Amino acid sequence: MTLDPATLVAIAGMALVTYLNRVSGLFLVRFVRLEGRTKAALDALPPAILMAVIAPMVLTEGPAETAASAITLAAALRLPLLAAVVVGVVSVVALRHVIG
Amino acid sequence: MTSSASSEFRAGMLDMAPFVAAALPMGLLFGTLAAAKGLSPLEAALMSATVFGGAAQFVAIDLWRDPAPWGLATLAAFIVNIRHVLMGTSLARHMGRFRPAWRPPAMFVMVDETWAFAERRALKGPLTPAYYWGMGTVMWMQWVAGTTVGALLGQSLGDPAALGFDFAFTAMFICILTGFWRGPRTGAVLAASAAAAAVTKLTVPGAWYVMAGAAAGMAVAVAMAGDDPDAEARR
Repeated sequence: MTLDPATLVAIAGMALVTYLNRVSGLFLVRFVRLEGRTKAALDALPPAILMAVIAPMVLTEGPAETAASAITLAAALRLPLLAAVVVGVVSVVALRHVIG
Repeated sequence: MTSSASSEFRAGMLDMAPFVAAALPMGLLFGTLAAAKGLSPLEAALMSATVFGGAAQFVAIDLWRDPAPWGLATLAAFIVNIRHVLMGTSLARHMGRFRPAWRPPAMFVMVDETWAFAERRALKGPLTPAYYWGMGTVMWMQWVAGTTVGALLGQSLGDPAALGFDFAFTAMFICILTGFWRGPRTGAVLAASAAAAAVTKLTVPGAWYVMAGAAAGMAVAVAMAGDDPDAEARR
């Protein structure tokens, strides 16, 4: 078990900036007036980020992933969450096998 | 802990179960890659315990060399995780039930999965600290444990993509997204976000695509909010 000084500094730096990113919202939210356009923007934030995080996998990874995303969406509208995820994972494995 | 708090804690843990199934292989893989780059199991576990961010850690390990490129790794972690600024601002609105002193520590366990489920919970009712910490505890423990085991094994465990684990995260987010549907306006927000994120991903290196998508989605929402009297707030 070794702890290299340079590695420790790198880990500390990564941990610090990551936590600062996470905690900053607590202070930023004080300067946001929760009405009008600001409220509209913040209300749109969760779905916009969710969509942005998965957009590369859904749209640019390949036809198998795009098709599996559509199947997952169809399943999500009909099945409980966990079942829909299983449908999605099984379909992506099958589709990758078929269309690569 | 009251009985309702412990049942909330358990509910949080249970809601993370599918993510654990998907993320545990990722933790194993991360530990394996870290070991291959020369990190000791202790160093790999320490990184997972303190950074606690899969995407940032994979990027950092990808550009790792000896001696450790601390400036580059720190910059990469900042860029990859800058989305947490926006996520935290949104989550902070739902922390009314958290004691003020516990809000900063709670933000430490705000990862994509816990954030998404906290927002989902807040759609239906108040977000309780017990539920949130139930999620955070499970996700942190499985990530550190997976990393440690992977680093100790120190050999390739195979590609998670072959089993579709890499898609589980996407599938989960699609399911959560359906809960945010409020009609055509939501569709416009999602379309703008998806288009901007995809184009940015294809043209700009790094993780800026998340910020681009978030900005585009918010811009569309603001535009549709129309001209109202108190609209000078921001931008």
